[in-house]
Formats: sequence, structure tokens, C-alpha cells
Amino acid sequence: MRAAKSKGFGSISWTNPRLRSLVYQLLAIGGTVAIISFFVLTARANLERQHIASGFAFLDHTAGFGVIQALIPYTEESSYGRVFLVGLFNTLLVAVIGTVFAVALGFVIGVARLSNNWLIAKLAAVYVEVFRNIPLLLQLFFWYFVILRPLPGPRESIKLLPDVFLSNRGIVMPAFGSTQATLAFVLVTLATIIGVIIMRRWARKRFLATGQTFPDGRLSLALLVALPLGAALIFGAPFSLTPPVMGPFNFVGGWHLLPEFVALTFGLTVYTASFIAEIVRSGIQSVSKGQTEAAYAIGLNPSQTLRFVIIPQALRVIVPPLTSQVLNLTKNSSLAVAIAYPDLVAVFAGTVLNQTGQAIEVIAITMAVYLVISLATSYAMNVYNARVAIVER
Amino acid sequence: MQSVKWLRKNLFSDVWNSALTLFALWVIYISVPPLLDWAIFKAVWEGNGNTCREITSGACWPFVKANLGQFIYGRYPESELWRVNLTFVLGVAGLIPMLMPSAPAKKWNLIYLVVAYPLIAIVLLAGDRPGLVGVDTSLWGGLLVTLVVAVTGIVVSLPLGILLALGRRSDMPAIRMLSIAFIEFWRGVPLVTVLFMASVMLPLFLPEGVSFDNLLRCLIGVALFSSAYMAEVVRGGLQAIPRGQYEAARAVGMSYWQTMGLIILPQALRHVIPGIVNTFIGLFKDTTLVLIVGIFDLLGQVRAQLSDPNWAVPEGATTGYVFAALVFWVFCFGMSRYSVFMERRLNTDHRN
Repeated sequence: MRAAKSKGFGSISWTNPRLRSLVYQLLAIGGTVAIISFFVLTARANLERQHIASGFAFLDHTAGFGVIQALIPYTEESSYGRVFLVGLFNTLLVAVIGTVFAVALGFVIGVARLSNNWLIAKLAAVYVEVFRNIPLLLQLFFWYFVILRPLPGPRESIKLLPDVFLSNRGIVMPAFGSTQATLAFVLVTLATIIGVIIMRRWARKRFLATGQTFPDGRLSLALLVALPLGAALIFGAPFSLTPPVMGPFNFVGGWHLLPEFVALTFGLTVYTASFIAEIVRSGIQSVSKGQTEAAYAIGLNPSQTLRFVIIPQALRVIVPPLTSQVLNLTKNSSLAVAIAYPDLVAVFAGTVLNQTGQAIEVIAITMAVYLVISLATSYAMNVYNARVAIVER
Repeated sequence: MQSVKWLRKNLFSDVWNSALTLFALWVIYISVPPLLDWAIFKAVWEGNGNTCREITSGACWPFVKANLGQFIYGRYPESELWRVNLTFVLGVAGLIPMLMPSAPAKKWNLIYLVVAYPLIAIVLLAGDRPGLVGVDTSLWGGLLVTLVVAVTGIVVSLPLGILLALGRRSDMPAIRMLSIAFIEFWRGVPLVTVLFMASVMLPLFLPEGVSFDNLLRCLIGVALFSSAYMAEVVRGGLQAIPRGQYEAARAVGMSYWQTMGLIILPQALRHVIPGIVNTFIGLFKDTTLVLIVGIFDLLGQVRAQLSDPNWAVPEGATTGYVFAALVFWVFCFGMSRYSVFMERRLNTDHRN
């Protein structure tokens, strides 16, 4: 049918579907172009009238304000472009740490909801229903203004772990530092990981070819523990820990985590984990009982059943929505602006926008960052989906 | 005997299970009694700010009682409150039969909720018509604003989302690309940046002399944002309709819009009612973000009342946030239960 249609254009009449579709599409494109150019022209006129500069030259101008947390060298003399990078890294820091904790907590709660223990299952259900039905912003306010800020000062701080203290200045913990053995340790660890991967490939190949099994799981675990440990014993401690020491007003030395950072990461973790728990639960439940029974029937033991039958099938259901939760966490980290954690939105779309007045450029850059993160993740997701998709006959 | 059996099976079947039970009991022990003490037994129930300054062992409920009006209506003029109440009542009256699957006249009910009710609500709330005094939106606040933002979001996003979803599945490449670009753009950016855009960037795009007030600008942002999410929900429903339905409709000579309006969409939308409710729950929670651009929703109003020196009491902030959390929780939990109920109903309809 298509081939026949594409030969000629057909009659010039409204009953010709090809002509109709062409007209609709031209109208849609024309309308979009008209709206966009109307906005661009009005914006240009408005900017001229209000004497607002345009263009991206402001990125080289001196910022002149301080940022309470910067992962890269930053001073008040740094440029707005530098501020952008500081904010971006702060956003990524919260996103990465929040994701790690949220996924871990979400898996624990999700598995707990399916526990045979009635009490544990109910507790997990209460956790999920409480935290996913309260707005994240409200939870952040609660952790920050109600829990963290009224805590005692550094002198009376609460000891969470040896050398880890919680006070109204956030969390103080020992600082990790490198020693002369660090390089050797990292190299040995990397070499071990590569060796283990090669060994497992070989073991799998041999298994598929000959059916002979090889204790690759236990062996690789042993190697991964023994070799780095051996390296540490030979070359000395790979990392140095500098514990914080109480100074006259505050702790000196160690790593300081800002209360804003602690509240934001904690809030994002607790909130997102409640969604991840539901995803994990439904993923595990989606694997039918017959799969387990079939695996036992062909002689797999429980741990093999879990590894080769249940987890791969559950992951196929879990991973796509899990990715979108990770993206949500990243986007939700922009709520940082409400509790003054210096993330991308707070320092760039907030302070820089106020100082320069270049709303269009600043908002466009900020949105572009999140868009790039989202689109890159969806692309990776599509690749993953294509790889794990069930190959149907 | 039954209960002992139940305990042994569910809580103490082996060592590991017993350990888990003990752990759970410990968690309950350290969390529930202090919570009950704080919220009920050691809380202040009667009095004023001074009482709360003296007794700091528990919640300061007089703070909520004294400010309940602000939490619900914001600074809406007291003599005009009947208009807000009437709007609430009209909304609930339209919503209850809509939510009951057995109630008749779903079509007219939907038209009332999506077309007539919003118009009535705008006239009643904003006024500025003969016989009604205009009430500036800067006076609106509290739960009123929360509901206005959420309801506007859903009312606009439903039709817009349907159009976008149809566009994304269209045969026309230009329409498809435009829909995909629109949907992916709004889904890719955080709502905070959308609100920033609406409040600082949008005025630059409007001709001189044309200006919307801040609330309306945010409503536009929220509506566009949620229609992208709604589009993806509806698209899921469209994908679930078998090809045969399209082909059968075309075979009996229906046009595109007849096929969609009479055959495909009624089935697809029924399938995605739980998804629509879930989107609405997300939207309802997200309304709190408008406080970042200076609009007082329920949470913003609670924060505003906290800065009142009369209520500068130790437990004030905790009480206020817990109260707001409770209100949001009741709304969201209720909706999620409804969504589960519909999901079960829809499943049994098709499988049995």
C-alpha cells in the first residue's frame, strides 16, 4: 500500500490523505516557528528596553561572592563560569551519594516488604506509605530545620561512630589521605579486577564448551580480598585517616559535611528509597513461582536459582523504573535551593541570576544541564533494554 | 491456640526470624512511645503561645488551632470566605460520583469537572464580576492555593496530555517529532527550574504591557510540566490497545478522530486511571515547590505563620511541619488507596 502511495502524490483534494497530512504538518511546523520567533523578537525588544545584556560573556566576569561548599578551587575572584562548575559538582555529589544510599536502602526495604516475618513486612510497608506520601520539600524542611539545626554545637556534639560527630554544623568525620603506598594499592586492585574478569570469561567459555564447572565465584572473591590485602601488608597502609580534633570553637581537621548537605542527602535518600522499595518488591513478585520450581526441578540449588533464574528476570523489570527514580533523585536535588545547599540551581539559577539579571541565558544553561543528564540516561537505558529484551521466537 | 500457632509461624519460625522480630520490636519500642508522648500525652492542647513556651515536652497544638484559617484560606478576606467554601463544596460534589465506578452519567460528570467547574471556580475565587468583589491572587494561600495549583495542573494536563500522546503516536513525522521534543523537554528538567523560568524568564517573553500575576505564571508552568507526564501515562494506555481495534474502527469507515474518540481513548483511558491518579499524587506533592517562587501554598503558609513572634515557641516548627505532613499524607494516601482499588477492579474486569 505504502509503495503504491509513494509513486505519485495523488489528487489535489482534501480527501487525499497524503495532502491532508502534509498540510497538517506544515501548519504544525509553521505554528511552532511563529510562536518561537514571536517570543524571540519580544524578548529581544524587552531586553533592549530594560538594558539587560545578552550573550554568554558574563561567564568570564568575576563572581564576587563566596560559596559554602566547593569541590574545586574557588575564591570570590573566580568567574561566573567557575561558579557554574562548583554548582554542577555539588549537584552531582548529592546525586551520586544519594543514589548509592537510596538504592541500597530501597533494596533492603523492598525485600523486607516480602519478608516471611509479619512484623518486618508491616514495618517496611509503614515506611513506604509514610515517606512516599509526604512532599519531599516538607521532609527536607523537617530534617533541616527541625532535626539538624537545633542540635547542640560542636562542643556537645553527638558521637555517631568513633571519630564521627554530629552537631548543628553537620557531620565531622576522619579525612582520608593518600600515602606512598596508595598508588601501589590502587594498581594491584585494578590488576586483580581485570584478572578476575578475564578468569570468569574463560570459565564461562569453558563451561559452555565442555560443561565443566570452575569455582570462579569463590576464587574471584578470594583473589579480590587477598591480593589488595597482601599489597597493603607489603607496601604499608594504603590510606591515612586523620581524625578531627576539637579546636577552640569547632573541629579542626577531618572532613566536614555541611548540615545542608546532610539534610539534603538524607531527605533524598529516605524519600527515593520508598519508591525504589516498591519497584524492587514488584520486580521480585513479577518472577512467577513456577520459575523457582522449574529451577529446583532441573537440579539448581537455592543460591544458583537466585543467581541464574530469579535475579536476572527481576532485574529486567526493576532496572527501567529504577533508572527513572535515579533521574528523579537527580532532578529533586534542585530542591537544595530551599535549604540553601549550594547546588546548581541555588548558586547559578539563584545567586548568579540575581547578580547578572541574565535570566534567559542562566535558566537555559541550567535546564540544558538537567536535559543532558536525562537524555544521556534514557539513551543508556534504551541500550540496556535492547540488550536484556526477551528474544521472542 | 490459633494465635500461638500464628506467632510461631510468622514471627518465631527459626533463629533468624526470631532475631528479626526482636529487631522490629526494638524499632517500634524506640519510635512509637516517644511519638505518642510528643503528639498526644505530653502535648499542649489548650492555651496560647505562652503556654507553649512553658510546656515544651510535646506538640503545640494551639498553634495549629489559632492559625487554621490561614492554613486553609491564606489571607483571603474573611467576609468572602463563603466563596472558597462554596468552591470546595462544588468540587467535592462533582468528584464523589466521578470516583464511584457505579455512578451514572460519567460523560456529563467529566464535562462538569473538566470544563464547567474550573470556570465556576475562577469566577467564584477571583471575582471581579458584577456582584462579586475581586480578590487579588496575592491574598490566596494555604490549602486553597495547593488545591488550585493541583486541580489546574490536572484539568489542563489531561486534554493536553492526550493530544501530546496522540501526537507522539501519529503517522506524521513532523507532528511526532514536535510532540517528542515537547514531552522530553518538560520531563527532563526539574520543576524548580520550570517555576524559576515561569517567574523570572516568562515576563521577558511577553510584549510590553501584557503581564500575568505570579500565581498564573506558575500555573502555566505547572500545567505544561504535568501535561508531559500525563502524555506518557496516556501513551502507555494507547500502546495497550490491540491493533485490531484500530483496524476494526477504520474498517467500519470511522475517521481518525472518530476512531480515537469513540473506540481507542475510552478503552485506553480506563486502563490508565491508576496511572493518572499516581500522576496527580505526584503533582499534588509537587505543588509545595511554588513556595520557592514566593507563593504561599499550605507548606508556605505554615512557614509564614511560624515567623509570627506570638508563636515563636520551641515546638512550633515541629508541630507546624507535622500538621502539614499529616494533611498532605491524608490526601496522598487516600488517592493511592483509590488507585489500588481501581487497579484491582480493572484487572478483574478483564481477566475473569
